[in-house]
Amino acid sequence: MAGFNALRPLAVLVLISIAAVTFAIAVGSAQIGVGKVVWVLAGGGSDLERTLILELRLPRVLSAFAVGGLLAVAGALMQVLLRNPLADPYVLGLSGGAAVGALLAMLAGMAGVVVSGSAFAGALLATLLVFGLAHGSGSWTPSRLLLTGVVVAAGWGALITLILAMTPAARLPGMLYWLMGDLSHSGQPWPGLLVLVLVILLVLPLGRSLNVLARGSMQAAALGVSVRPLEWLVYLLASLLTATAVTMAGAVGFVGLVVPHMLRLVLGNDQRLILPACALAGGILLVLADTLGRIVIAPEQLPVGVITALLGVPTFLYLLYRSR
Amino acid sequence: MTTLATHELVIDIPGRASGSPLGLQVEPGQIWGVLGPNGTGKTTLLHTLAGLRPPRSGQVFLDQKPQTSLRRKLVSRNVGLVFQDRQDGFPATVLETALIGRHPWLSAWQMESANDIALAEQALQALDVGHLRDRLVSTLSGGERQRVAIATLMTQNPDIWLLDEPTNHLDLHHQVAVMSLLTARANSGKAVFMCLHDLNLAARWCDHLLLLYPDGQACWGPAETMLVPSALEQLYNQKLETVEVDGAPFFVPSRG
Repeated sequence: MAGFNALRPLAVLVLISIAAVTFAIAVGSAQIGVGKVVWVLAGGGSDLERTLILELRLPRVLSAFAVGGLLAVAGALMQVLLRNPLADPYVLGLSGGAAVGALLAMLAGMAGVVVSGSAFAGALLATLLVFGLAHGSGSWTPSRLLLTGVVVAAGWGALITLILAMTPAARLPGMLYWLMGDLSHSGQPWPGLLVLVLVILLVLPLGRSLNVLARGSMQAAALGVSVRPLEWLVYLLASLLTATAVTMAGAVGFVGLVVPHMLRLVLGNDQRLILPACALAGGILLVLADTLGRIVIAPEQLPVGVITALLGVPTFLYLLYRSR
Repeated sequence: MTTLATHELVIDIPGRASGSPLGLQVEPGQIWGVLGPNGTGKTTLLHTLAGLRPPRSGQVFLDQKPQTSLRRKLVSRNVGLVFQDRQDGFPATVLETALIGRHPWLSAWQMESANDIALAEQALQALDVGHLRDRLVSTLSGGERQRVAIATLMTQNPDIWLLDEPTNHLDLHHQVAVMSLLTARANSGKAVFMCLHDLNLAARWCDHLLLLYPDGQACWGPAETMLVPSALEQLYNQKLETVEVDGAPFFVPSRG
């Protein structure tokens, strides 16, 4: 169980995060030495180097980190909520719902907070739909939940295509990335990082309750957990995390599936350890995936969603194959 | 030690008449057995007593206080429940599983201490599954899982132990071991209230019995007044032969 020795894996992940971020800043169309990156981050370097690193690469890399962390934590929370390791904001259509919300707001000429709020509402609606439909009169079964999620996600995909088809061609390039997940339009990383840190601080004291909830809602209630309020809180947080990630990078898939799964294999399933570890490892994964996307066919860039899908689809199929 | 009482309690089973309301008084030191054929609401009754399901009418009291007026966490320090079936969506070890019994006793920021782990290990030892502490629960046999579930309740250490067929999946030796453990707990002041399918286990180990009939009727009282062959035959709709073993009745179903 978590205790003092929970700090070690987290410390290791923090070190890897720093290394990954530094590496990602150094790699690109104009190569910069790692030493120089550290030097510029510490306040030195020429104006050109400072512009390149602080205004171009650092925001993008930190955005990648934030999006990865947000999605991984959202996935881990949904998995506890649904008692199913296959739950993921992308697979269950949350990302799609958030993307539709954001696109509708953009189509109406909105920007900024309205777009984020609309994405949040979309994610919330998507979860409600999947929850409500998959629950029906009985309880959640994995197959029913997944089927509902997949069908709803396909529906969102069609809506996104419809919205894009109605959009004037000049505005299309900026919107297409909602479909596949791309970090080149992500803007400032700070709101995302802030949401990530706040949510982690909020769920840490709930960690043991979540551990109990993972054993089933009846068992959790018998052990003194107020199940309904906790489930609603987790559901709202997962939607908030997903919506934040989607407004930054569109619908990036499978991070919420792959990262918690890998971490559980290594660290067990104590949420007090898994949730912060997901924030870090998800960040690392997306930073590296985005770096890969930037260099594989440089100077062209691959959307990061393509890379995560190439990693995620085999993982998902493996999990489904292995589950009873 | 806490007393569990019900006042005019009618459990909510959809589509069934209300039947006779229950006015039970479960005192510390007592061992109650609930008997009845399939589908008479034994499990629903346990869930209602644990506060997991609202009754159709009536109330459950813990030390004269309505259970619904108490905080969930406080209830779970007083009342614990071993479920009939358990779901394990995520892999967990035996020790981790027993350790969740400490949940009602810890505050949000508190980590499990060495003392909590010691309590869980003692409980696993008492149920003869201590040697499995690092195994994944999903790799255990049905009987071993059943004993881990009882060990989790023992780690929770409530005053009132509700158990839904605690001898399910257990071999003969472990059935007796679990029953003696429950008796020892009752002697130390706990109240035990369990559903049983084995009439003879109930006759042998319980001091109070509650008979639940399919139509919602019920009767309850000290075991010796309830173990009337004609009442039991009506309960199960099954002819019984009664023999005497060690001065206590032993029931065998008649052929045909």
